[in-house]
Amino acid sequence: MTTPFYVSPEQIMKDRAEYARKGISRGRSVAVIFYDKGILFVGENPSRALHKISEIYDRIAFAAAGRYNEYEQLRIAGVRHADMRGYVYDRRDVTGRALANTYAQALGTMFSEGAGKPYEVELAVAEVGEKAADDQGYRVTFDGQVTDIRGFQVLGGAADAVTQVLESSFEENAALETVLNAAVDALGRDGTEPRTLTPNQLEVAVLDRTRSRVRKFRRITGPALAGLLGVDADGDGNGKGKGGKDGEDGDGAAKQDAPAEAELGDGDVLGAVDDLLDEGDSSES
Amino acid sequence: MESNADWGSRGGLPQAFLTPGISSFSEFLKDFAPDYLPGGRTLPAGAASAKDIAPHGTTIVSITFPGGVLLAGDRRATMGSMIAQRDIEKVFPADEFSAVGIAGTAGLAVETVRLFQLELEHYEKIEGVTLSTDGKANRLATMIRGNLGMAMQGLAVVPLFAGYDEETGQGRIFSYDVTGGLYEEHDHYSVGSGSVFARGSLKKLFRPDFTAEDAAIAAVQALYDAADDDSATGGPDLFRKIYPVVAVVTADGYRRLPDEELSTLVAGVMDARREVPDGPRSPLR
Repeated sequence: MTTPFYVSPEQIMKDRAEYARKGISRGRSVAVIFYDKGILFVGENPSRALHKISEIYDRIAFAAAGRYNEYEQLRIAGVRHADMRGYVYDRRDVTGRALANTYAQALGTMFSEGAGKPYEVELAVAEVGEKAADDQGYRVTFDGQVTDIRGFQVLGGAADAVTQVLESSFEENAALETVLNAAVDALGRDGTEPRTLTPNQLEVAVLDRTRSRVRKFRRITGPALAGLLGVDADGDGNGKGKGGKDGEDGDGAAKQDAPAEAELGDGDVLGAVDDLLDEGDSSES
Repeated sequence: MESNADWGSRGGLPQAFLTPGISSFSEFLKDFAPDYLPGGRTLPAGAASAKDIAPHGTTIVSITFPGGVLLAGDRRATMGSMIAQRDIEKVFPADEFSAVGIAGTAGLAVETVRLFQLELEHYEKIEGVTLSTDGKANRLATMIRGNLGMAMQGLAVVPLFAGYDEETGQGRIFSYDVTGGLYEEHDHYSVGSGSVFARGSLKKLFRPDFTAEDAAIAAVQALYDAADDDSATGGPDLFRKIYPVVAVVTADGYRRLPDEELSTLVAGVMDARREVPDGPRSPLR
């Protein structure tokens, strides 16, 4: 009988954490920011169909960075979890806190006990309240740690660099336009060279407490987004299909031009999806 | 299969939540917690028909008009020869562009509607797009089919589905039978115990160039005629200010007529009936 090499538990956890961190850092960042009328989600995402930000329930939304197939699986599980609770109890009994806890339990178990690899994801769950003081946000990391979001939170890739920029510009109870511009500016400063992100490269959504419908989640796209950013609607020359009446919920239109640069040759389809989301900036290591 | 009773308390996510590929909430429930499905319970064998001990909802009418569709229901629920409730609501929004009205066993009907509403919302959240009008109608058919066992024991649920088709810009009506049979109706339709009388009334009143308001008046007339001849259908109760539920679905979405609007409409109909108790007379030739 051969004796397996002894590897200390510390080393195993360290390796797994390093592995997960590396995967997450390949992705572009997503920012979650509280503003006076709700919660803003901004991410750099050239795809219209593959979302990093989604509605979970009436007042709850989800943002993620990392590996697409893994956070998509968790997103769907979250929708099921919320809908199940709302169906069995009542719509008011679905809370962001319960969902964040569930994610934490699930990710924690997958990280420490899972036979396979740990999930390479970082999540945020946010819930908009009746007033600004009731807004809640939670960040859940790959190993199941939960932290309260105060003011704002940046997930993924260059989170530290983006956080630094945001810290200097963030103010509480600012208007949507102010926080959105600050966030987009910060997301562009994630590397050595500052970049200017155009509306086409962004995925933006809000949980808007002033919305009259029960479901407070709203995507901001097309002309509405360009207007908030103070740029021309199709400033970067990319024709916008139909570009919805007021830019609300205009996600139905599949965009054809973006995927061109993704390499699908190596058979790693999900990897290719991730590369697409990262805008192909990550060379395989 | 694991026990599902503790799904909320165990923390983490049960495997079923992480299984990919199901965008339908009722399909998910069927696997995960079939007891929560309206038709998922088995009645004790040899039990007498449950028909007389469960409240029954009665008459629903639907009328199309250019650019939309109207759905209305009376407010009575009966239990045998007793009036179980005089202000029950049997017309509900299914989603932003459709409505559903239900005749039959009230408890099961309300549960079915809740599940159907959730079904549409769940699909929208998971897939990022809404179902087509035909898709919605088919989903409801599947859910009614699942209730056949109960229907055989006297607990039938018969819905009427009305939707605004965003592709064609028209209102559409779908009727069902207890086996889940789905039929598209044209111009107008009615279900429930008073439907025979309501349909006769609508046949004489309907005009293809109705406005939404005309359609609302025709619906109130038809429900009045149904209440006139069917003991299980309730007429407008002016003293208690209980009016039929009338909802219109157009390009602007679902709108339930507020009581102030309805009280004028109903008062107009009642005043005319004081002169001609049988209601408006249609031309003989």
